[in-house]
Parts: sequence; structure tokens; C-alpha cells
Amino acid sequence: MPGVRILVGTKKGAFILTADGKRKKWTVSGPHFAGWEIYHLKGSTVDPNRIYASQTSSWFGQIIQRSDDGGRTWHQPGSAGDPGPVSDGNGMPKGASNKFVYDTSAETGKPLTTHQWYDGTQHPWEFARVWHLEPSLSDADTVYAGVEDAALFRTTDGGQSWHELAGLRGHESGPRWQPGAGGMCLHTIVLDAGNPDRIFVAISAAGAFRSEDGGKTWRPINQGLHSQYIPDPNAEVGHCVHRIAIHPTRPNVLFMQKHWDVMRSDDSGDSWHEVSGNLPSDFGFPIAVHAHEPETIYVVPIQSDSLHYPPEGKLRVYRSRSGGNEWEALTKGLPQKDCYVNILRDAMAVDTLEPCGIYFGTTGGQVYASADDGDSWTAIVRDLPAVLSVETQVLP
Amino acid sequence: MTSPATIRIVLPHHLRTLANVDGEVALAVAAPVTRSAILDALEDRYPMLCGTIRDHVTRERRPKLRFYANEEDITHESPDLPLPAAICSGAKPLLIVGAISGG
Repeated sequence: MPGVRILVGTKKGAFILTADGKRKKWTVSGPHFAGWEIYHLKGSTVDPNRIYASQTSSWFGQIIQRSDDGGRTWHQPGSAGDPGPVSDGNGMPKGASNKFVYDTSAETGKPLTTHQWYDGTQHPWEFARVWHLEPSLSDADTVYAGVEDAALFRTTDGGQSWHELAGLRGHESGPRWQPGAGGMCLHTIVLDAGNPDRIFVAISAAGAFRSEDGGKTWRPINQGLHSQYIPDPNAEVGHCVHRIAIHPTRPNVLFMQKHWDVMRSDDSGDSWHEVSGNLPSDFGFPIAVHAHEPETIYVVPIQSDSLHYPPEGKLRVYRSRSGGNEWEALTKGLPQKDCYVNILRDAMAVDTLEPCGIYFGTTGGQVYASADDGDSWTAIVRDLPAVLSVETQVLP
Repeated sequence: MTSPATIRIVLPHHLRTLANVDGEVALAVAAPVTRSAILDALEDRYPMLCGTIRDHVTRERRPKLRFYANEEDITHESPDLPLPAAICSGAKPLLIVGAISGG
């Protein structure tokens, strides 16, 4: 029977939850990297034992961790304990797996550019952390990293070294990008299984971008998005996109949870229309697509951008089986009173088993699972640190 | 030519975990013993610490870390100044201290 592995990043370490295909009895391991913020962990679909983790600290900076045995042991690629080379031959840096430096080379980069600061002035790009790691769909050693301040990096040597795909940050709209309250982060990376040259990313608060040449060049794809805080209704950038999701068999259909509004595009992001429909609030962070039903999508409405908790204190996942507009509340097993947690943008995922499993983590430390398309929910764990990210792996 | 001195370093908890060491770190550092020379030797021996104490490129100290030598705060002194004799001889350790975590 196949099994499921849930990778959970929290404010104080990583946890790995495992179960067989019934998804009834769970084993919890962790905390891994205790005391550190684990913004994201994600496994390779090419090699499920290969998992990458973003370990960060405002004291000590960015660490990249890698496991080659499904999360039992970890090491920093290229550093002591890793079988790979530990030096680049130039004497430094040996700890290059931790090194995220914006590309300012004459060949591929530009002089370090500036972006808009909170007060409207220009501010130089400053690296803070890796928000999201997206392993390639065809090579376990290739991984994309979305970072704050917003930029896209890539490794092709299993995380030993990272290089910026500078065309994104160097886009002419860069000086107009601005940080949201959480920082100016590239938090979403979506790869197209049928077209390795196509990449979608989302940045708060710049918007969504698409590359058709493997990340070399980019174009904003934000037409149809409307943001109250931007006076120009047709603004090319400046939108606070919270999350984008696609179904692998329909890469031209994108679903988006924006700051406010749930949106849909049927033309690879060239245009968007709102599908918030009857949601009690269209503010929220994550959005996910059912593994087997491309028109079935999930969101978790949040009261507002000022009140980051569920409306009426009721934790409700909303499901649309029509690709948006018509939504039903899924409440069985979820607290329906006095619940004031948040669900962050990277903290919802689906598995590919039958029926589809849906998982999400909360800032209150619960990880909820549904093994029946969302009809009913149980808490796998209730008392973890605040959950930052949730990813799934189906194991043979 | 004098042989390198053995310098003692006390790392914050999380960096000890990262470097997989218990207690103090002891490193051979050639004279003149400066903070930069100690950090060079530390990163050479424990490459996983690169970028955790000072920036990869600028070599600037990370903002939430401080350095103490012989019971004195040397955080804002030049990293290229020779350190006190007690540090150079190994009589006392160089302390690398993280800002206090509240909450």
C-alpha cells in the first residue's frame, strides 16, 4: 500500500508526518532543526528521498538543508558531511550552499537595482531568506528558490551553489515592486510539467510573472487584477498575489488567491477574472487544486487583511467543484467556534491518492488532514509551533 | 616564525548545533590574531558557518551578533585589530553572542 509523507515547516523547526494510504494513523518525527524557522521543505518528484529545506534565522541567516533518505538525516550540500566537494577551488566560500548573492555581473546581471520601499522611496535589494523551494520536475539536483527581497535563484548541483536568474529582478518594472507587511518575497514558484521552459512566480507585492525561456526573461501577468491600494486599475505590477495553483494536466488554467479576491485565468495568466462568488470573505492566503479534478479548488477564507483569522471564529475550508464562483463550506471535524488561527500561503497541499487528501497547517500549530476530498477533517497534530508550510509526498 | 596559537571560541547554541560541536571550539590561528583571522579559520574548519556570523560578500558582522574578548565588548572595533593577549594565548575564549530572544 502506498504511503504519505507530510513535510511541515514551522516557526521552531521541521516535522515529518507519515501514514499509510489509509491516512488514519500518523507517525510524527521532529523537531528537525529545532529552534530555527523552517519556511519551507519540499521533496523531489524524481527522487522522493531527496528533500530540500529552507532553514532561516534573523540571527544567523540562511541555511539550506538536504536529505537523501526521506528526512531521516540531513546535511548542508557541499559542507562537511556531504560527499560532494567542499571547496570551489578559490579558497572561499566553502559554505556556498548558504550563499544567496544577487547577480551583479556584467554578463547576466545588472548593477544592484532598487525597489520601492514602504514609504515610496527607492531601496536596494537586500537578501533576507528563502521562502520557497521548488524542485525541478525532471532532475533531483535542480531546484528553484524564491527569496526575500524578491528574486529567483536556481541550483543545478543539488543545492551546493545557487545562482540568481537575474532577468526577473532586472525586469523594467522592478523599481515599482514594493514589500507587503511580510517583506518583499517571491513565495510561489509553479513549474509546467509539459513545458520545462515555462515558469510562473508570484511576488508580494509585485504580482505574478511568467517565463517562457526557463527563467531568462519574464513578463508580468496581472491584467484583470484590481487592488484597492493601487490607484491605477490597469497597473502592470504592485499587486499582492498570495498564491497561485495549477493542475498539472491543465497548465494554462491558473487559480490565484490574491490579497483580496480569488481569481482565475484560462490563458496562462494573460488575463484574470474573479471567481470569489459566494465566499464569506475573499481574503486569504493558500489555494489548492484537487489532484484528480482540475475544476475542484480549495481556499480558506480569512476575515480581512486587518484581522488575520477566520470569519466568525469558524475554521472553514471552502471547495468549489466548478473552478470557482460556487463554493461550499467544509466544516466536519474543523472547529466552528472560538477559532482565531491563520493559514499561511504555503501551508496547504494535496496528495495524489484516491480519494484525494487535503492538508493544511495553522498558526496555532494544528495540521488538519482530509482523506476524502475535504468532506471531513481530523487534526494529525494539534500543538506544533506556528505552521509556515505544508507539502506532501506519496510514497510507493 | 612563531607557531600558530590555539584560540578558543564560544559559539551560540544554534551555531554549535549547525557545526555539530559540543562546548568550545579550539582553532590554530597564526599571528597576528585578529577577529577576522579567527573567523577565517572558523569558516575554513566549519564551512557550514559561512554566512552565519558575517556576510558572505561584504564580511560585515550580522546585525544581531556581538563579540566579547577578555570581558570587553569588541563588537564595534575593527575586525583587523590584534586581540587581547588573553585571547591570543588561549587563556580566555572569544565569545560570539546572539542578541537576547524575548517573547
